[in-house]
Amino acid sequence: MEIASSPHVASGASVDDIMRNVVYALLPVVVFAVFAFGLSALLVLTTAVLACVGTEYVLNRVAGAPDTLGDWSVVITGLLYGLTLPPGLALWMVAVGGIFGVGVGKFLFGGLGSNAFNPALVGRAFLQAAFPSAMTTWSPAFLADRFAHISSSTLAFPFARPEYDAISAATPLSAMKFRDTGTDPMELMLGLTSGSVGETCAVLILVGGIYLVARNMMNWRITVSILATVATMTLIANTLAPGEYPQPMFMLLSGGLMLGAVFMATDPVASPITDTGCWVYGLLIGGLIVVIRFWGGMAEGVMYAILLANAVSPHIDNLVQPRVYGSRA
Amino acid sequence: MTGIMDTALGAPSFRHGVHPREHKEDTRGLAIRQFPFAPMLIMPLRQHLGAPAVPVVRVGQEVARGETIARPDGFMSVAMHAPASGVVRRIELAPTISGDMVESVFIEPLPADTQEVDDGEPCRLDNATPEQIMTAIQNAGIVGLGGAAFPTHAKLRFPDDKHVDTLIINGVECEPYLTTDHRVMLEQSADVIAGIRYLVKATSAVRTIIAVEANKPDAVTALSAALPDDLPVDVTVLKVKYPQGAEKILIKALLKREVPQGGLPIDVGVICTNVATTAEIGRLLPRGRGIQERVITIAGPGVEKKGNYLIPIGTPVRFALEACGADPDITRVFMGGPMMGPAVSNLDIPVTKGTSGILAFTVHETAAIVERKVYACIHCARCVESCPVFLNPSHLGLLAKNEQYEQMADDHSLYDCFECGACNYVCPSHIPLVQYFRLAKKMVRKLRATH
Ligand code: SF4
Ligand code: SF4
Repeated sequence: MEIASSPHVASGASVDDIMRNVVYALLPVVVFAVFAFGLSALLVLTTAVLACVGTEYVLNRVAGAPDTLGDWSVVITGLLYGLTLPPGLALWMVAVGGIFGVGVGKFLFGGLGSNAFNPALVGRAFLQAAFPSAMTTWSPAFLADRFAHISSSTLAFPFARPEYDAISAATPLSAMKFRDTGTDPMELMLGLTSGSVGETCAVLILVGGIYLVARNMMNWRITVSILATVATMTLIANTLAPGEYPQPMFMLLSGGLMLGAVFMATDPVASPITDTGCWVYGLLIGGLIVVIRFWGGMAEGVMYAILLANAVSPHIDNLVQPRVYGSRA
Repeated sequence: MTGIMDTALGAPSFRHGVHPREHKEDTRGLAIRQFPFAPMLIMPLRQHLGAPAVPVVRVGQEVARGETIARPDGFMSVAMHAPASGVVRRIELAPTISGDMVESVFIEPLPADTQEVDDGEPCRLDNATPEQIMTAIQNAGIVGLGGAAFPTHAKLRFPDDKHVDTLIINGVECEPYLTTDHRVMLEQSADVIAGIRYLVKATSAVRTIIAVEANKPDAVTALSAALPDDLPVDVTVLKVKYPQGAEKILIKALLKREVPQGGLPIDVGVICTNVATTAEIGRLLPRGRGIQERVITIAGPGVEKKGNYLIPIGTPVRFALEACGADPDITRVFMGGPMMGPAVSNLDIPVTKGTSGILAFTVHETAAIVERKVYACIHCARCVESCPVFLNPSHLGLLAKNEQYEQMADDHSLYDCFECGACNYVCPSHIPLVQYFRLAKKMVRKLRATH
């Protein structure tokens, strides 16, 4: 007879199921990214995934640790990381950021479950610091020759300054911030604008999120809390000074907010565990995004907002533990 | 099968908890049947919480079925009765489900005997005092049959400054596979009501609630039909959810009261007894008899003749399984339900008063669980959302992994965990949380003992 501890039954889902489903949820976003930005996006995404997966594989081998590719989490990291990059980014930069994200953001922390920060964002933050200009140079979406022609910036040699064939006027966010021009929310919704590879189509990102929520694989409270906070704060600012601040709809749909709120901030490892904690965490991220976008020096603030909140997450957990049955207050 | 009533809006329940597959369909419709006598019955003298009973028989002595073979040793102890007419063959240490060796009386039933049971000195409802009822319950060897095996009479005695406003009769039976309480409610509803009368008299409870989950509509009907006119007793239907049958959780679900940490239900004016225990009180006390058998469910994919059986206490698990046609592929046997039931390492251990079921799994059910990979905690919160006492199993699990046992007890309410298994059941990382928590409790006890 087997001597086993109770319980002797288990519910279905396991970590690899959950992670695999997140990958499924990202697929429509990935397909749209390639559709909008063509071969360059395909190459960026492929390089991102290969760099992340390869880094995890090699580091496990070197450390003599068991292989962890089977839990699928590094595939998510690779995809998410790739989706946040500008479409024309040089592939060698993509690879460097991916290696850094997984190596430093995940492996050094102790692997899946111990990564205090979202590894995809760690990779992106590294690139932002190392190559600020490349990270804010955007090629336009829906170029006519996007499936036939690979931007020369994409194929730039390592450590060489990339040359750009076509540079977009600006992303909707930078246009708003630095030129005071707005973008039609419908265009943002459908992803007809310029931006990072996978951040442009809000609708598909939401569809992926709804799929995960329906399968009980994502904490919707974080997403709702972020969106509600950003909308409310923007509405207040816009009501007080309509010329100076944008409409809430524009804020919600522009830049990396949707991808961040749905797929990045909800990384369970780096977010709080209690429901109350998740509301607080979302509030914090939403607040930081608005502050950075309105009053910071950058057009975008989602990445830093989430990374900062990642750092605070364990403290939120300590503060809002549920009240134990039968305990006082 | 879940019916519309399972999700009945407005039906009381508690927050958190889980919905494991019920698997009750195989046995819920099967009437209670008498189980044959094993060639040797083993009666551990400690099969209840508290002090072991003291044997009053000698090796070689002939005993009649139902005769007292051991008397209670003090207040926290109950009597023991011969499960069959036969001969006492040995009194010696024998293994039990707890893992401990316990002094046990081995009785060999006499095959030629009629196995009739004689009535003893009855405890009559109309003229017995509360004190006499408690003594009668103790002498009948009655303990919580839901699994805890806490001496029932000890529950009924409480300090004078406390009083009972609600008596809860627990017919929830939320563990998968088990259908014993279900059948008892259906077939012995009159005994349940008779038992309630004794309990009300002993405790002066103001009202009584019989709690049943919505997956047993026929039991609800049977009990409702048996309700007395002269006593305030109600049947309350609860939503189906595990672990609603746990006393403290049930009290919260029904009355919205929380038993204080380290306290007892009586602290919030409640006494809670299992429905089968109540039926035994109602059946045994008027006849002056003791418990010598109980109803158990024998089921699981590894058993051919699944059913609800009235089985003599002391029947070895091996005999029980063989009599029911055990599959040769059985890999795991456990006593009670699959969520909390301890696994049996040795098939020679006996059924005791606290055994509500014997379930057998084959390699088909266990392989998936045994072979699955354990991942690191991904902080998914499923365990937190399932814990009925609102602990943070994820954090407790992390501390246990780091062997920070005392911190688990001091800062994270380790001792409020009653090992219901809900967190473990939902964990997608397959972390053996319950096993961790059991070990942690043991280590803390050890550490505190040496300090
Ligand atoms: S086993 Fe303990 S920690 Fe886990 S859900 Fe049950 S009571 Fe909570
Ligand atoms: S269910 Fe398991 S993986 Fe999820 S938070 Fe709890 S312990 Fe961690």
